[in-house]
Amino acid sequence: MSNAVTPLGGAKTNIGGLTLEDMGLQGMISLRGDLSSKALAKAVKAVTGQGVPELRTANVMGGKGAAWMSPDELLLFVPYAEADAAVATISETMKAEHHLAVNVSDARGFMRLSGAGAHEVMSKNAPVDFHKDVFTAGMFRRSRLGQVAAAFWLDAEGGFNVVCFRSVADYVYRLLEVSAEAGAVDAL
Amino acid sequence: MLTLQCPYCGVDAEETELQGGGEAHLKRFGPGSNDDDFEGYLFLRENQKGIHFERWRHAYGCGKWFLAARHTNTLEVFGTYPAQSTEPPQHIKDAISAKLPGWKWGNFS
Ligand SMILES: [Zn+2]
Repeated sequence: MSNAVTPLGGAKTNIGGLTLEDMGLQGMISLRGDLSSKALAKAVKAVTGQGVPELRTANVMGGKGAAWMSPDELLLFVPYAEADAAVATISETMKAEHHLAVNVSDARGFMRLSGAGAHEVMSKNAPVDFHKDVFTAGMFRRSRLGQVAAAFWLDAEGGFNVVCFRSVADYVYRLLEVSAEAGAVDAL
Repeated sequence: MLTLQCPYCGVDAEETELQGGGEAHLKRFGPGSNDDDFEGYLFLRENQKGIHFERWRHAYGCGKWFLAARHTNTLEVFGTYPAQSTEPPQHIKDAISAKLPGWKWGNFS
C-alpha cells in the first residue's frame, strides 16, 4: 500500500503571534442527500458521533464531525484510516435512499490558522465578514481565499480550520503565510 | 460592487463569489420548434436598461443557481429567489413597482 502524505508535508509556521499548520491526514467524506432525512442523520451520527449541522455551521471536534456545504451536501470528518469503512457504513444505512457518499480525504488540503489577529489575516483574503461578533465559533463558510475556492470554520479555541482542494493547498498555505507576515490591519 | 443574497444558504454574496448565468425565465424551444421560436430562444434577449431578471450561481459558496431581479443601471437589487421559479415572486414584483411604476419585462409587469 502506498504511503499517504498530505499536500503540505506537515508544514508549520509561526509568524508573530500566529500559527499556521498542516492538520495532517484527515478523513473527509462528501455526502449528498436529503439533509432532513432520518437515515442521513443516523448515518452521520454513526460515523461522526455528531448530528446533522445547521445551516452554515460545523460541529467538528477532535477530527470528527460534519460541516454544512450546501442545502443537500455535508462534508464529514472522520479519522483518516476509517474513511472507507465510514463510507461503507453510510451506504448501508442509507441504502434505501438516493444519496452519494465519497471518500475525498486525499483530494483535500487541511490547515489551521490560530492566534491573535487570525481573523484579520482571513479578512484579507475572503469576501466575508470575519468580525469577532459576526463570524463566531462553529460558523462554517464556503467562499474563496485569494483566487481559489476554500471552506473554513472557526473552532472553539479561536482557530480557523481551512479546507481546500489538494492541488491548491500550497497556494492557500503561502497566501495565509504572506498575509500573516504583513501583520494586523487594525481595522477590526 | 454587487451583493446578492443567495436564497439557498442565506449568504450575502459579493460578486466575486458569484458567477453570472445570463437572462432568467427563458423558455426553451428545442427539436420540433419552428425557426422563429428557436432563434428567439437562442439569441433574442430583453437586455433593457432598467429592471432585469438574471440567473446567478453561488459558485464559490453553496454552488446553487438562483435568480435575481436588479436594476441594470443603478445596480439596485430588488430580491433573489430560487431557480425553480417560473416567474418572479409577488413581493419582488411589488418592490419593483414601488420604484419603477408601470415596469414591463417580457411577459411580466
Ligand atoms: Zn449559496
